[in-house]
Amino acid sequence: MAIPNYAGTGERTWIWTYRFICALIFLFLIFPIIVIIPLSFNAEPYFTFTNAMMALDPEGYSTRWYDALFGSSEWMASIRNSFIISISSTVIATTLGTLAALGLSRRDMPARNLITALLISPMIVPLIITAAALFSFYARLDLANTFFAIIMSHVVLGTPFVVITVTAALSSFDEQLIRASRSMGAGKFRTFFQVVLPLLLPGVIAGGLFAFITSLDEVVVVLFLAGPEQTPITVRMFSGLREEISPTILALATVLVALSIVLLTVMELIRRRGEKLRGLTPG
Amino acid sequence: MTDATMGNPPGNTDGDGELTTADGKPLAVALHRSHRQARRHAFLLVAPLLAFLVITFLIPIATMMTRSVQNYEVADYLPNTTAAIETWDAKGLPDEAVFAAMGEDVRIGAENRTIGRVAARINREIPGTRSQMMGTARNIAEMGPPWREAFIAQHEGWGNEEFWRLVKRETRTLTPIYYLLSFDFEYNSYGEIVERAPEYQVYRLMFIRTAWMSILITALCIVLGYPVAHILANLPLRYSNLLMILVLLPFWTSLLVRTSAWIVLLQQQGVVNDTLVWLGIIADDGRIRLIYNQIGTIVAMTHILLPFMILPLYSVMKTVPPSYMRAARSMGAGPLRSFISIYLPLTVPGLAAGVLLVFILAIGYYITPALVGGDTGIFISNLIAGNMQGSTAELKLALALSTILLVAVLIIYWLFNKLVGVDRLKFG
Repeated sequence: MAIPNYAGTGERTWIWTYRFICALIFLFLIFPIIVIIPLSFNAEPYFTFTNAMMALDPEGYSTRWYDALFGSSEWMASIRNSFIISISSTVIATTLGTLAALGLSRRDMPARNLITALLISPMIVPLIITAAALFSFYARLDLANTFFAIIMSHVVLGTPFVVITVTAALSSFDEQLIRASRSMGAGKFRTFFQVVLPLLLPGVIAGGLFAFITSLDEVVVVLFLAGPEQTPITVRMFSGLREEISPTILALATVLVALSIVLLTVMELIRRRGEKLRGLTPG
Repeated sequence: MTDATMGNPPGNTDGDGELTTADGKPLAVALHRSHRQARRHAFLLVAPLLAFLVITFLIPIATMMTRSVQNYEVADYLPNTTAAIETWDAKGLPDEAVFAAMGEDVRIGAENRTIGRVAARINREIPGTRSQMMGTARNIAEMGPPWREAFIAQHEGWGNEEFWRLVKRETRTLTPIYYLLSFDFEYNSYGEIVERAPEYQVYRLMFIRTAWMSILITALCIVLGYPVAHILANLPLRYSNLLMILVLLPFWTSLLVRTSAWIVLLQQQGVVNDTLVWLGIIADDGRIRLIYNQIGTIVAMTHILLPFMILPLYSVMKTVPPSYMRAARSMGAGPLRSFISIYLPLTVPGLAAGVLLVFILAIGYYITPALVGGDTGIFISNLIAGNMQGSTAELKLALALSTILLVAVLIIYWLFNKLVGVDRLKFG
């Protein structure tokens, strides 16, 4: 936001004030995430900065909470459970969601608005209600406290993101490419895998990442559905935050922040690749 | 693809002058068939997900909503009484036939061990009736006609008209009672709807609190999100891409991580209080309570939901040409006027999308209020979760509260869809 030439002194002051306010809001957004990183290296079992830490004394810092995290069979089991749940539900959600988005983008799709509303409804319904309904559903089938129930529930929660992202990618897709491919002798499957899918892939991967992070981050449904055998990190973290607040949670939080940085980078790379690919398509 | 007509350019005419395809079928018929086929193909692609969601999401939600009005206990476990009491005029004690029917029901109920469920259901309305019914059930084998005297001899509660009026009322298999309770009303012993005693009134207060706190959080998100989205949309790309990370990183970070960060910051020995003490603004023994109350919930949820406001606003603001503002200024409008009459109206779609997302997410929020809300900063979701783990009656109350919350969300969503359109929702 460049300062326009016509701005007077008053307006210039305002623009600088405005920039300062925005800087404060950016600080509000990022500071809470930054602050847990040094605290996870606390040598003391507290959630606060000790005097030794403030004095930058190496004695004040340690990696004991990371040792506690990675040395604990309980935490490691939870991390494993979380990845089992997230990866399986992402694969299913991405497949179902991509197929549905391909259907929704067809010109001839009947009752498109109604069906779109139904498909993204899991995103609108408050999580506590979804959790309650799914818990009684799977409890009656005697499937509560199983990986199957949790994965299916996370597929439900993840698909709206895949549907939305892939539909958005399809809206910029040029239908003529399909006809071109078919006219040059490629069959339906070959056209799909060699023409349609590579162009859609950025959208599909982005949707999949959304589904993955939704599942990995989900607390409410697993709080109801997960038994001791399936406890994922979120449930252990939730009860940890309620009962004994230990910096182990901050060590895990730091690991999760690192993971979201990785995901964010992947997402950005995909976006750039997507823009490049789209630049190649005519129209 | 529409194979039926694709390869065959239309234009052939048969003897009747009707357009046909190359293989001689009337064009209209072929076109119709190919359209139908295309619709079927499109639907088949959607069908797996649709079927999956219907079975594992929509049906469970619908089942849950119907369970909140079901009231089976009396009709199912006292079938003879239910039939006999229908003709009773609810004045004085019921006649011998009703008592005899009750005798039969209690005997069967004692044999099948189902009497306890009815007793529990009725006990919730008139405390003490559980022991009355269970005690009688133990002695039912020794009882016989005349039933009315036999029952009253067992327990004087059987001679209470209020008890029988309640049994008659509860024979209905559908009940609005859980919805009445959700709004702090109940039936009195005459079956009239009255307000509950003030010490039991919680839910109306909780709905109102959930609404006003969600509105406040949404308003805070607008106040904080609008300038940030504006500056992101107007800075040169190399700066805005960098600053965008500051919005996207919180967006992609686990909400439990962000909630624990706020616990770290806001607790009494936390960073904010420490800094204030260090600066000398407050005394060490005068540390402010910033968490486990409404402040904690509002601050943490505003932070968590802020990206949902910024991202839709940003994507709309990107499409507003900067020349519009310059034009407004060149024609003599001041900075404020050109903002209010030019920029603001153009960004309304993004604002509406952000408001919808933040508000709908806020009124259903559970995790953050549960962790940082204490007693005063929790939402209706937290009461739903609390009741969910209780008795059958509490569970049904939770289901009624959930249904009310869901209906509220759907109304807001519907209004938004009417005003702005769902297809404006975008992420990232």
